[in-house]
Amino acid sequence: MSGRIAVVGAGMAAARLAQQLVERGRGDDVTLYGAEPHRPYNRTLLADVLTGRLDAAAVGLPCGAPQTAVRTGCEVVAVDVRSRTLTPAGGEESGYDELVLATGANPVLPPVRGLRTADGGLKAGVHAFRSLADCARLAEDATRATRAVVIGGGVLGVSAARALAAVGLPTEIVHQGPYLIERHLDEGAGDALRGALEELGVHTYPGNRARALDGDPRVTGVRLATGYLLDADLVVLACGARPRTGLARAAGIAVRNGVVVDDRLAASAPHVFAIGDCAEHAGITYGLAGPAWDQADVLAARLCGTAPKTVYRGSRPLVRLTAGPLEYAAFGETGETDGTDVLRIADATRGPYGSYKKLVLRGDRLVGGILLGDLATVGDLTHAYERDEALPGDPLHLLTTEGAA
Amino acid sequence: MTTTTITAVDTHCPYCALQCGMRLVPADGPDGAPVQVLERPGFPVNRGALCGKGRTAAGPLAPGARLTAPLVRDAGTLREASWEEALDRVAAGLADAGRRHGRDAVGVFGGGGLTNEKAYLLGKFARVVLRTANIDYNGRFCMSSAAAALKAAFGLDRGLPFPLADVARAECVLLVGGNPAETMPPAVRHLRELRENGGRLIVVDPRRTRTAELADLHVRPVPGTDLALALGLLHLVIADGLLDEAFIAARTTGFEQVRAAAMAHWPERVERLTGVPVPVLREVAGRFARASTGIVLTARGAEQHSKGTDTVAAWIDLCLATGKAGRPGSGLGCLTGQGNGQGGREHGQKSDQLPGYRSLTDPAARAHVAAVWGVDPDTLPGPGRSAYELLDGLGQPDGVRALLLMGSNPVVSAPHAAHVTARLKELDFLAVSDVVLSETAELADVVLPVAQWAEETGTVTNLEGRVLLREAALAPPEGVRTDLYVLRELAARLGVRRGFSEDPREVFEELRAASAGGPADYAGITYERVRAEDGVFWPCPAEDHPGTPRPFLDRFATPDGRARFAAVSHRPAAEQPDADYPLWLTTGRVLAQYQSGAQTRRVPELARAAPGPFVELHPRLAERLGVVDGDRLTLTTRRGRATAPARITAGIRPDTVFMPFHWPGLGRANSLTHPALDPVSRMPEFKVCAVRVERAGDDR
Repeated sequence: MSGRIAVVGAGMAAARLAQQLVERGRGDDVTLYGAEPHRPYNRTLLADVLTGRLDAAAVGLPCGAPQTAVRTGCEVVAVDVRSRTLTPAGGEESGYDELVLATGANPVLPPVRGLRTADGGLKAGVHAFRSLADCARLAEDATRATRAVVIGGGVLGVSAARALAAVGLPTEIVHQGPYLIERHLDEGAGDALRGALEELGVHTYPGNRARALDGDPRVTGVRLATGYLLDADLVVLACGARPRTGLARAAGIAVRNGVVVDDRLAASAPHVFAIGDCAEHAGITYGLAGPAWDQADVLAARLCGTAPKTVYRGSRPLVRLTAGPLEYAAFGETGETDGTDVLRIADATRGPYGSYKKLVLRGDRLVGGILLGDLATVGDLTHAYERDEALPGDPLHLLTTEGAA
Repeated sequence: MTTTTITAVDTHCPYCALQCGMRLVPADGPDGAPVQVLERPGFPVNRGALCGKGRTAAGPLAPGARLTAPLVRDAGTLREASWEEALDRVAAGLADAGRRHGRDAVGVFGGGGLTNEKAYLLGKFARVVLRTANIDYNGRFCMSSAAAALKAAFGLDRGLPFPLADVARAECVLLVGGNPAETMPPAVRHLRELRENGGRLIVVDPRRTRTAELADLHVRPVPGTDLALALGLLHLVIADGLLDEAFIAARTTGFEQVRAAAMAHWPERVERLTGVPVPVLREVAGRFARASTGIVLTARGAEQHSKGTDTVAAWIDLCLATGKAGRPGSGLGCLTGQGNGQGGREHGQKSDQLPGYRSLTDPAARAHVAAVWGVDPDTLPGPGRSAYELLDGLGQPDGVRALLLMGSNPVVSAPHAAHVTARLKELDFLAVSDVVLSETAELADVVLPVAQWAEETGTVTNLEGRVLLREAALAPPEGVRTDLYVLRELAARLGVRRGFSEDPREVFEELRAASAGGPADYAGITYERVRAEDGVFWPCPAEDHPGTPRPFLDRFATPDGRARFAAVSHRPAAEQPDADYPLWLTTGRVLAQYQSGAQTRRVPELARAAPGPFVELHPRLAERLGVVDGDRLTLTTRRGRATAPARITAGIRPDTVFMPFHWPGLGRANSLTHPALDPVSRMPEFKVCAVRVERAGDDR
């Protein structure tokens, strides 16, 4: 394939795609259109930016520059798949030969009263935690704040709460689910994680829903459905993200939860592809960097013609937090269903807050697992999972180290 | 047989790049070796210590172990011949191919074991007598990735930019993909001293090797992921505030792009790629960066990949970012492999290079060397094919049709060896100059029996860039001549009667002039100085110049004096395990053998210690395959098959098997290896490919 490649979005998937196109010798005439004011950066590092461990200016990602053109602050507002043109906000329509949607996802705002001000913005002291701009505002606000509440106890919420605690802010998590990160952890791990956060000074209210935010103009507290009031002058919203699909939908491209793509990462319209958080492949929108990069690599190989037959067959993602003493990894099916065998070890004496390990096996295959506190075997386990390897008769030694790292 | 009456000669070992000092005294032992190897404690690199290979180095000097008459092929079989006849046949074979297919159809393949004098004269022979572009050598399979990365970053490829003894004084040493406890055992004393001095040793290797056993920390990445590991460590250095900002500002360029590269290798991703847990990454990064001095040593494990150059570059980035380069006790070094691996890559047997590490495409370099050679610069050919590409083209319409091969055994040592062997057989003419009838010599039309290290004088440059003198201790036996004699005689038969001396000192004097002013400047080095000073470190531009043990202390050898960061990115190996070939194969060495084993397999003590190949595999993998220790295994890749007994060890990753490569035939590991090439260094991917393992017999 040849010609102009337009990438709508300049996030992680877009950066990887562009970098791979250049590395494979196909960097000319690639343009990234990014709505954010920043050049591509590593979104997985936002918690480190929040704690000040990494400088906001230092998390930029390679994107094949200078061959790649990156247009920042340039949101694409319309796409015409028949004339193969796109229109940036306040800009001239321009043509493309191949269009890649890498529009990412928007934070989900919870149905909480008092979230917004009269003009529709978020109330003072209330922050999303998805972009570098969010992070900068949040970090600045955190220096003035005295108590924080994070609404949402998923992957992002736990990471945000840990980071806020690390900068010395007393922090609480309000979580609607029965235990933390219920999408990836089981109850045992969720409870162990809750204990670990407690050690860091983060208290969790599982099974609780935030009903309203008090305070005007600035937030002063979070009112729970139980009626309980948590004092807070800083609130972080971490209630998940939703694929940004408005542009695709308006262009007549098939969208379910995300932009629907096939194994070629092709969308329903010709010469249109989608990758990353906005893409839905085989019914799955991953919302994680690993699969987004897997998709970018496949699409780059196809668009370059270096490996035009490469297809994407889905990813085996891992959720992972590494924050000093707070460490967990979870992958695959972590619940217990028919036909699976479960191996579980909890050891209160290991590490600063004990360890919890669980493996889920179907026959001789590892189909899921959770490690918390003691991650020494994470490399071998995730490889066994990723490669769908047959396991030896006694899988117990998958949970023990052998001296070498 | 002629023997000279000598009492004792100080010289160096014929094997690896350490070039241990040793003393030879006359002997009349039961093995028939005419000299005996003794310790030479005064030499600083090994201080008397020798490994089993060094101690038994005299073995192949015995008459029974070697060739003592030229061989020529008649009606399909090799028979003994006179030197006149053999040399006439070689000259005719080379000339004939040139006449019929053009000059570039005549090729030369050299070796990293050849002395500087031989390597120099071989390059000159190719460019001046044959006037072919097609000369390269087996060093391409050894250090070329490190060489390319070092040159790009520091402006100079000096394998170690410091004497080896400096290793013992560093605070932290990171050894990446090297196993000196088996490949160069006398070097281990420096690692032991490091630890006695309170320094830390971290070994990165998919196997728990004897060297890894010595380490404070052994990091065990998936084969082919050292690049990701280096950038993951760099990421943590940045995140933990351990950058040496002052060093970066004062002595380097290009950090910003590398910072972005490190951000693309965040710890969780690197853990996924390498299998090394984040807490371990954190520990390694902290130990290395916080040490006041630190050294990274890379070896073939990191370098023999289709991304070997970028991998070494990533480790250089880590050194530069932490200020661990161009300072005493710090730096990145390559543990060069072959005996003259360093010198052999400096004097013109490399396809793109002229003596003194000059570039064949640089007009000034061409003019300088052409003047020394007394030829018109325009008659010098341009760069030719790299080693694997040269071998791959043998006998093909646009490839080399007649080959002169000196000091190499590609039938055993080249990747995808069955294919290379087939190509060698397609040649119109093959001449091999060697000590023994190697597996490659067996295919030749003419075999020229040449002298060994103890029988001829010449210089070698060890892994430290220290130029050393091997002195003749005895004359070669009747019927054996030197490589320099071979080149002189062939040059004369091909019409060039001047400029090809068989006297190594005369050749060295010319090499000095040819290298003068080049990056690897030997102009100030004389045999007398080398003897008097335990070797001289290049660059040494004048006889009153002390030599340069540590070249980068004041400035790097780049035009602006700054080291250059390289923004690199992890990429997968050329071949990934899949359902048909589900495991990683990595290859390497054992203690008692050297390279293709042509010499060491003929030494009885060594052959007893390491009689044949084996396959290392993890007990869990063995259980899955139903294999017990000693079972014969068949290994199959897309390129070929090899058979060897199982050796079960928990010291290897369960997803990886290891096979040493010193043997021919069914146990030839290189039947399996992948010839994917590094885009810069043209290094083949010896160290990783996808393999299937079965119990021999089960696969039929």
